[in-house]
Amino acid sequence: MKETIYDKIFKPTTYTLENGKTVKQRASKTPLILILIFLAIYASFQATGVDLSLIFTRGSQFFVIILSMFPPNFGFISNIWAPLFDTIQMSLLGSLIGALFAIPLALLSSSNVIKNRLLNGFFKLFLSILRTLPTLVLALIFTFLFGLGTMAGTLAILIFSASYVGKLMYEHIENVDMGAFEAHESMGLSKVEAFRYAIVPEVLPTYLSVSLYAFEGNVRYAAILGYVGAGGIGLVLNERLGWRDYPSVGMVLLVLMVVVFIIERVSEYFRRKLS
Amino acid sequence: MNEAIRTQMGKAPNRKLYFTTITVIVLALLIWSFLGVDVTGLDKKGTGLAVNIVKGIVAPDLEFLFDFSSQGVAYLLYETIAIAFLGTIFGSLLAIPISFLMAPSVVSGPVAYITRLFVIFIRTIPSLVYGIMFIRVTGPGAYAGVLTMSITSIGMISRLYVDVIENLDRGVLEAMTSMGCTTYEKIRYGILPQLFSSFLSTTIYRFDMNLRDATILGLVGAGGIGAPLIFAMRSYRWNQVGAILIGLVILILVVEVISNKLRSRLVSGTN
Repeated sequence: MKETIYDKIFKPTTYTLENGKTVKQRASKTPLILILIFLAIYASFQATGVDLSLIFTRGSQFFVIILSMFPPNFGFISNIWAPLFDTIQMSLLGSLIGALFAIPLALLSSSNVIKNRLLNGFFKLFLSILRTLPTLVLALIFTFLFGLGTMAGTLAILIFSASYVGKLMYEHIENVDMGAFEAHESMGLSKVEAFRYAIVPEVLPTYLSVSLYAFEGNVRYAAILGYVGAGGIGLVLNERLGWRDYPSVGMVLLVLMVVVFIIERVSEYFRRKLS
Repeated sequence: MNEAIRTQMGKAPNRKLYFTTITVIVLALLIWSFLGVDVTGLDKKGTGLAVNIVKGIVAPDLEFLFDFSSQGVAYLLYETIAIAFLGTIFGSLLAIPISFLMAPSVVSGPVAYITRLFVIFIRTIPSLVYGIMFIRVTGPGAYAGVLTMSITSIGMISRLYVDVIENLDRGVLEAMTSMGCTTYEKIRYGILPQLFSSFLSTTIYRFDMNLRDATILGLVGAGGIGAPLIFAMRSYRWNQVGAILIGLVILILVVEVISNKLRSRLVSGTN
């Protein structure tokens, strides 16, 4: 066992074996980690002002809105269809184009395809930074640039999909066995041909499945983009919540639930087929 | 390409039909979705704004960025971390019983199915709606954000927990039974060690995601850095927007790197 600074502070226990040899076991880090976690929890309680007793005294208030959503206002459904399809179309277009943009980004980030560390690093960082920007914030910025409407939402989704699919794809491409690629090359195929026959078949199912997964999440996410005026069903949701018309909110949520459920089932079916 | 390779490749199963179908479907969906989105370009006002945004990000309000009082970016980020952290802890604790109720190998089929439906129900309600509901309970502020994060985390966490529970190695338990171990020993030495590292890894991953999601809670007044960000945007103070965004991006990148390190250690099991 190599002695580290940790072992100097927390002495390892020493055992003497039957044959007279001594072995050391490093002191467990669990107590230390637990103390750190409890400190963090305490600090978070202080920072957020969480008071658990409030849940017991006022918790019933949470159900006031939920209960007033029942029964949902079924008549409202005629107002839902158009924005609902807007939402689906927004997330579909954003996911599709985003997934297309992800291909060059992923290739440029993969160190085994483009052998330029600087370029790889740059695009990896670029993808990470894109991914950290919350979609809702992006959507808000785009509503300033492109006006209120579905365009802003689509662009926000597009950027998120490109960064998400791009990241997962370069991780996958970098882990592909390059043996097949080299074999093809040594048989006299050009780099592009070798890529086409050795790498593409390996990567394609994952690409499709990851893109589908991104789409799935985007539908759920697109539902709230309307909050910042970026089009879709979120607009209706926001408006009804503002008017405290909870039965209609209930209807919107119900429709959303059914649609998300269907899309997830379909996408899950195809993703299972792909893997 | 020489002849030998050509013949070998000719032997590969012909999947042209498969790929053509996929392409046709994707193209059809692309065209359909284009119809629903009114594509607008940048007008003159938009271009001017874009320039201002870029200017704000390049030259952020540094004083605001390093302001540790309760109005500054540093403190707001701290509050956002606290919201995400507590939300993740509560969410993962709530997810433990739910995930056991979701596992067909633990409970009977119908119970598992009903719990699954219940989780889907929880998951589809957008976080902002939860925010509004919790503000009724706690009043506006970070507390409502913590409760919202706890509820919205349940869906994903319990789904990943179930996978771990379903993949438990039962051989270990059988071996322990045959050695005469008590139920407590079986849980402590047979089940917990198998579950713990995967559960922890999932929880850390969710913390990563919650940190990102916590920024939007401010929109409904549920605390965190979201509200100042949106105020700054609505009043066109782009250098403040720049300061917030830079702080946020750096924080999330740092947390992501740490979380990836921790998780790969947990998975590989090395110290």
